[in-house]
Amino acid sequence: MANPEITVIDYGVGNLLSVQRGLEHCGASVLLTSDPAQVRAAARVVLPGVGAFSNAMTALRELGLVPAIQEIAARGTPLLGICLGMQLLLDESDEFGLTAGLGIIPGRVVAIPVRTVQQEAQKIPHIGWNELQPAGTSSWQKTMLEDVMFGEAVYFVHSFMAVPSDPAHRLADCLYGGHRIPAVIGKGRTTGCQFHPEKSGEVGLKILRRFCAS
Amino acid sequence: MANIRLIARLDIKGANLIKGVHLEGLRVVGSPGEHALRYYQQGIDELLYMDCVASLYGRNHLAEIVRSAAKDIFVPMTVGGGIRSVEDATSILRAGADKVAINTAAVANPKLITEVARKFGSQCMVLSIEAKQVGMDRWEVYTDNGRERTGIDVVDWVKRGVSNGAGEILLTSVDREGTRKGFDIPLVRAVTSEVSVPVIASGGMGKTTDLLEVVRDGEANAVAMADILHYGRAGVGEIRTLAREAGLGVRRYG
Repeated sequence: MANPEITVIDYGVGNLLSVQRGLEHCGASVLLTSDPAQVRAAARVVLPGVGAFSNAMTALRELGLVPAIQEIAARGTPLLGICLGMQLLLDESDEFGLTAGLGIIPGRVVAIPVRTVQQEAQKIPHIGWNELQPAGTSSWQKTMLEDVMFGEAVYFVHSFMAVPSDPAHRLADCLYGGHRIPAVIGKGRTTGCQFHPEKSGEVGLKILRRFCAS
Repeated sequence: MANIRLIARLDIKGANLIKGVHLEGLRVVGSPGEHALRYYQQGIDELLYMDCVASLYGRNHLAEIVRSAAKDIFVPMTVGGGIRSVEDATSILRAGADKVAINTAAVANPKLITEVARKFGSQCMVLSIEAKQVGMDRWEVYTDNGRERTGIDVVDWVKRGVSNGAGEILLTSVDREGTRKGFDIPLVRAVTSEVSVPVIASGGMGKTTDLLEVVRDGEANAVAMADILHYGRAGVGEIRTLAREAGLGVRRYG
């Protein structure tokens, strides 16, 4: 069987090497592209990203990638947004003024609370390994988290969080300062991970492997 | 509070993993690739590569070591030693590093901290500080791997570095480094009490219980370990278990 092909969107933000290496480690052949036609033709698409929301949306818009990503998501092509790439899936973000997102999963990106639930100051950004908890009653069966166990830890670096308006789109949360922070969201065949699966050891690789097989 | 991070520190000279005492008297330990992979397989939370002669001779062997590690190691990697410019940072990040640690060049040009933070984000800019005690509760910043004094007070420099955009502090006690005498707790405490960004305590971990002390009393957010791992005096799993049993938040692994 040929290697699963994964198209990683390169829109000039962040270092794509780790994402590429992680996917290759899972047996995928990776195509890095900023061409909307290649995104439209892709079998599976990863939207990575670090940095500021508005810069990322500007870059996607200038490259003509916004409609391409919206189309493939609507068509049911597997799409994985990582970190900022997850936040971009939502309708809008509060970061540096209100900015429209891709609108694939309804919801809004807001700042992580600067105080814990006990009202103590907490460190922002949220950096480090944190445990995945089920969000509400959602099951991880038949999702990217199928092979992950409750409580397994993954690596986060972020100051904002992507909050879907429909709780049914929340798959997993992590707890930071007592607050529930969406860690994995999903709708149809679109999935978003707030953490970096390519930096989360074997747990992250299980998620990438599942995506390669989707 | 986030989990405490367990970090393996790999000091590099040329192609070799080395270890010294007070950052000097360097001895070859082995292959950085083999050690890094072993620590990854044991469940290390992060890796820290420091090229200990790069800033002295103005060369950098690290890119190849990092590029090779990035093929089969999937935890965050911080790389330091000889990074003098945004271009140097860009090339080491392209090789697969997630963060850069900068000491000497940041002291020479504090604006570099801001430039790196602005281009890659604060989470990417680790301010590396080599500290030597110069009086009661006073420490001085050293550069060039503990060789050159600067006359700068460590706590003042940390505050300035954070306001310039450093997202994390790597705090190495030159006095304790390689001595196995335990961390310089007052130094770590002096820094963690002044800044809100995460602080990695480095230098002096002789036994597993030293970690408990620097986290509880020093309030370190992460602990860099070298000698204790390189010479196999303890494994990552054993250290993690001890921390967990002592009630510290560490990531669940395995």
